[in-house]
Amino acid sequence: MIEVRDLVKQYGNRLAVDHLSFTVPDGQIFGFLGPNGAGKSTTMNLMTGYLGPTSGEILVDGVSVTKEPEKAKQQIGYLPELPPLYMDMTVDEYLRFAAQLKKVPKKERDAQIDRVAGMTGVDQVLGRLIRNLSKGYRQRVGLAQALLGFPKVLILDEPTVGLDPKQILEMRTLIRQLAREHTVILSSHILSEVQEVCDHLLIIHHGKKVAAGEPAELERSLSGNPALEVVVRGEGELVRSQLALLSGITALTRHDCTEDGCCAFRLESAPETDLREAVFQTCAQAGLPLLELRRDTLTLEDIFLKLTSDDVEREPAKEKPTKRGGKDRARLSQADQVKLGEDIQVQLDEPQPEEEEEQP
Amino acid sequence: MTAIYKRELSSYFNSMIGYVFVAVLIFFTGIYFMAYNLYNGLPQFSYTLYSLMSILLITIPILTMKSMAEERHSRTDQLLLTSPVTLTGIVLGKYLAMVTVLLIPVALIAFCPLIIAMNGEARLLSDYAALFAFFLMGCVFLAIGMFLSSLTESQIIAAVSTFAVLLILYLWDDLTGFLPSALGDLLSAFSFTQTFYNFVQYSVFDLGGVVLYLSLTGLFLFLTIQGLQKRRWS
Repeated sequence: MIEVRDLVKQYGNRLAVDHLSFTVPDGQIFGFLGPNGAGKSTTMNLMTGYLGPTSGEILVDGVSVTKEPEKAKQQIGYLPELPPLYMDMTVDEYLRFAAQLKKVPKKERDAQIDRVAGMTGVDQVLGRLIRNLSKGYRQRVGLAQALLGFPKVLILDEPTVGLDPKQILEMRTLIRQLAREHTVILSSHILSEVQEVCDHLLIIHHGKKVAAGEPAELERSLSGNPALEVVVRGEGELVRSQLALLSGITALTRHDCTEDGCCAFRLESAPETDLREAVFQTCAQAGLPLLELRRDTLTLEDIFLKLTSDDVEREPAKEKPTKRGGKDRARLSQADQVKLGEDIQVQLDEPQPEEEEEQP
Repeated sequence: MTAIYKRELSSYFNSMIGYVFVAVLIFFTGIYFMAYNLYNGLPQFSYTLYSLMSILLITIPILTMKSMAEERHSRTDQLLLTSPVTLTGIVLGKYLAMVTVLLIPVALIAFCPLIIAMNGEARLLSDYAALFAFFLMGCVFLAIGMFLSSLTESQIIAAVSTFAVLLILYLWDDLTGFLPSALGDLLSAFSFTQTFYNFVQYSVFDLGGVVLYLSLTGLFLFLTIQGLQKRRWS
């Protein structure tokens, strides 16, 4: 189990990690999510003891990373954003060095190196110089290094960055396999990725916790009631007048329909109401053939986008965005979440490596 | 610590750096040895060592420049600092690897007084004492170089700054001569070269000088560790 208590890291005037607290129970895949520069890498560097916190505490199985670093670090395998590889070594030499560094007993070294090489698929390149390996293989060698000594906790900083789609799938499968024996903490700025792999999510922004929970739970709590997409054969205004009569409806918008003689609507309803049956009955009674009825479930991605548009329309004056830039960011407002959504959308379009200032 | 020591040592000889360092020192030893001892027939090998000091000024930065700077540049320090090894272990492992590389030319140089002895009268005791001082001086240079390398990510800056500092130490006695006498006298107590001259010119086993060398080595190792520590916490 990992406990992070009130963690703060300050670089000059900038708070990279701002009073962050969370707990990761054993056997979980825990995902860190946030836009670039949100403090993900810094938090991971703090958790692995690479950096020292300004204040706060990190406990790995009750052992403090700051007070008993050697003992705590033995429990942690770390794959930083850029795999820490020595270009002048062969993969075998490198893994042997890492095993020695992690104090793997001499008798077990060969067996362990064979095992992690097999797990990560680097057994074919053991004799090659790391300098000559592709990005995907370097990432795997980095992961093999993190696995050596089979630490209880694996911390992986953006493990799939720079991999091709096939390698990303392999990496995800591997992470799921690893989670059977290890607690895995990984970070990403790609929503779909963490959503697919993680049991638990922590969304951070400007070094603060924005939201936390299981992906499904987060979706439920943040998305509200799903909207309905309806396609009906018939004259648009007639259909509208019929649908508008439904009780519990909050919004009805018409959009273009590709089929001739049809019209498409989007229905939004009050929370806790399911209008599907009512829509069917209404259409049937009016003699309007219902061609399509679809529940538009929101993904995490949409939630951020939705939050963005909703809040901007509904309460533009409530929280001025200028407050974000100021020193006092004590309370994270709705507006911040809006900002988060925007950032993430940009990121989704154009994944980029984490910004440099994260590093010491 | 042993893992880091072994890796560092093998990395010096996986790249050209280790070979170049050893070869340059041995080559110039050969030249000075030939000029002073073989051609001019001087029995004291220490004169050769005296001249070799300037070669050491140039070659030490080559050895030390990458020791810390490269790890930081390629981010491999993340592996070292997140593994269950103490900071002292990391720094000592690296330092001892460099000392071992320095020992190779020193061991080869140690044959020279024997060559003199085979061909005539040699002053073995004072020659080996001088060689010991030469080695200790190299150790101080290595510690200084490692400290400066730990301050930067750039190997070039590390090498140039190390050379500059070593040159100042080399010129120390001349420089303190320009200062007001009280200050000059005080600073000349720390004269780095004087110890070495005592060994090589006057055949004096300068115990105080040995203590100075050892404490300077300890000081710079300590500063290296503290520097790394500070970077993690600030």
